[in-house]
Amino acid sequence: MLEYIKTFFTDYTVRNVALGSALLGILSGALGVYAVLRKRSLVGDAISHAALPGIALAFMLTQSRSPLILLAGAFVAGWIGMLMVSGVVNISRIKDDTALGIILSVFFGFGLVLLTFIQKIPDARQAGLDKYLFGQAATLMQGDVILMAILSAVSFLMMYLFWKEFKLLTFDPNYGSSLGFPMRLIDIMQITLIVIAIVIGLQTVGVVLMSAMIIAPAAAARQWTDRLFMMVLLSALFGAFAGVSGALLSSTTSKLPTGPVIVLVITIIVIFSMLFAPNRGIVWKYFQFHRHKMRITMQTVLLELYYLSIKHNYRTKSYSLTLLQAITPDRIGVKKNLRELERRGWVRLFGSSEWALTDAGFEHAQKITEKTSQE
Amino acid sequence: MLTREQEYAVEVEDLTVIYHEKPVLWDVDLRVPTGVVMAIVGPNGSGKTTLIKTILGLIKPAAGHVSILGRSYNQRRQVVGYVPQRNSVDWDFPTTVLDVVMMGRYGALGWIRRPGKAEKQQAHEALEKVGMSKFAHRQISQLSGGQQQRVFLARALVQDALIYFMDEPFQGVDAVTERAIITILKELKALGKTLIVVHHDLQTVTEYFDWVMMLNVRAIAYGPVKDVFNEQKLQMTYGGRTPFLNVVVAEKNAGNM
Repeated sequence: MLEYIKTFFTDYTVRNVALGSALLGILSGALGVYAVLRKRSLVGDAISHAALPGIALAFMLTQSRSPLILLAGAFVAGWIGMLMVSGVVNISRIKDDTALGIILSVFFGFGLVLLTFIQKIPDARQAGLDKYLFGQAATLMQGDVILMAILSAVSFLMMYLFWKEFKLLTFDPNYGSSLGFPMRLIDIMQITLIVIAIVIGLQTVGVVLMSAMIIAPAAAARQWTDRLFMMVLLSALFGAFAGVSGALLSSTTSKLPTGPVIVLVITIIVIFSMLFAPNRGIVWKYFQFHRHKMRITMQTVLLELYYLSIKHNYRTKSYSLTLLQAITPDRIGVKKNLRELERRGWVRLFGSSEWALTDAGFEHAQKITEKTSQE
Repeated sequence: MLTREQEYAVEVEDLTVIYHEKPVLWDVDLRVPTGVVMAIVGPNGSGKTTLIKTILGLIKPAAGHVSILGRSYNQRRQVVGYVPQRNSVDWDFPTTVLDVVMMGRYGALGWIRRPGKAEKQQAHEALEKVGMSKFAHRQISQLSGGQQQRVFLARALVQDALIYFMDEPFQGVDAVTERAIITILKELKALGKTLIVVHHDLQTVTEYFDWVMMLNVRAIAYGPVKDVFNEQKLQMTYGGRTPFLNVVVAEKNAGNM
């Protein structure tokens, strides 16, 4: 770890890689929130795949390998892809998800054809365009990082300015439209920002896996919060963490592709969030359920003792465990429940298996019955 | 004196909406005078929601014309409030009740400007009116169906509109919510607002509304409840397949005697 920190300040490549992947994680994490909340997670997948022919065409037209030009191509192609998706949905009966699938595969297929074609051109300097498939963090230059920083800054400014409009679009677009907001335009603005976020990540994560950076951080963040702002913040943080740790791992270890490593890191964050987040986490829900169940059966045992002692007109008379088990529906838990009640000072153990209410237990049971009879 | 245009809160002429070559609304005419509380009734798929959405400019009609107080919707949107069906949104969205209600002010705020103290105050007042003050800071996924409906109503109230469109506000709500909605309807009517409500319960039409529109793709009839809400029109609307109609009409006649 210390080694990493030291190289961060001294090593030019490592610094670029770390900053670049942090930026990509922050931006895709933040904007991915909208895609996930609008149940349009596939959008990220479609845009990133649609970007591939843009990269290839940009190279063929300019013969340049500069990321600025190639990513401009990716942006245009991704954007056209998105417009075509809504076009297909508007003019035909094909649904959103199908349209996304069609555009994704058609564009990606076309991109692969172009890529193969480019590689067969002699003297094409073997452009190395195929690194855009799985990403290669080590190729990030300082210029790329500055470009990423500028684009991220512009995107965040837009998100800040149109926070209210984007929220309306995500929660209730029809209502927004009735208020007079041009929701179609706001939608295009939001999609454009998502396209930017994806294009920024292509160099590092690659076309194939970039969609994970849109979906996964947001899905993980949703587990931890019920506020949109916090969700955006957490999602950006998760994205940045995954981006940096994945990119550093892959750029310091040879033959480890960047995209897949970043995606593995974010997947671990998602799994952890699914399991352990309070309220929404699976483990949390499991324990909540059992705590609840325990409380109910415990109350049943306490009340059984209470009714028995009322019947015998003797508050602290003791009864055998066998008897209590026989009259309680869930007999297996009775002993455990009695121990828990004893810990709270509501029952007392006499001999080896005779249980009796304490005065405090009697009063508590009385309170419970009063409360239920009131309701 | 009111000009002819301003007499009508909502005026719909020859409205036709077509979805995938099938007419959903066919040549619908409607004139709703200002200050009227009108129910739109009709069987499932009769175009009730479509009519509201088309008036609000959410659906483009194939033919016809809509005007609000004599002008186009876009010119009048500041005076129109809307309560969509509550299941039209995802209630698991990460936000609070107060935040949703404040959305009602977004139209008046316009681009970029954020809701501030004044908007918060209005939202709290509206929540008070619908009996949801205690829930202001609740996450919206924790609400029951009736509470969700009241939040949507509060959101429309802060729009401070002249004409309100409500899509099935009574659908599947509890008794408390139903009473709250009726109280609000009465208050709004007393203030001279025009209310147009998609409604599914024929039993309560006479009780809650003073006008009714009967719709089944075509406008079968519209007007004051006492004039048009009769057996013949109901059978034309529902195709006479619903035996309870007779009961409704019988009750209504008994009430009129």
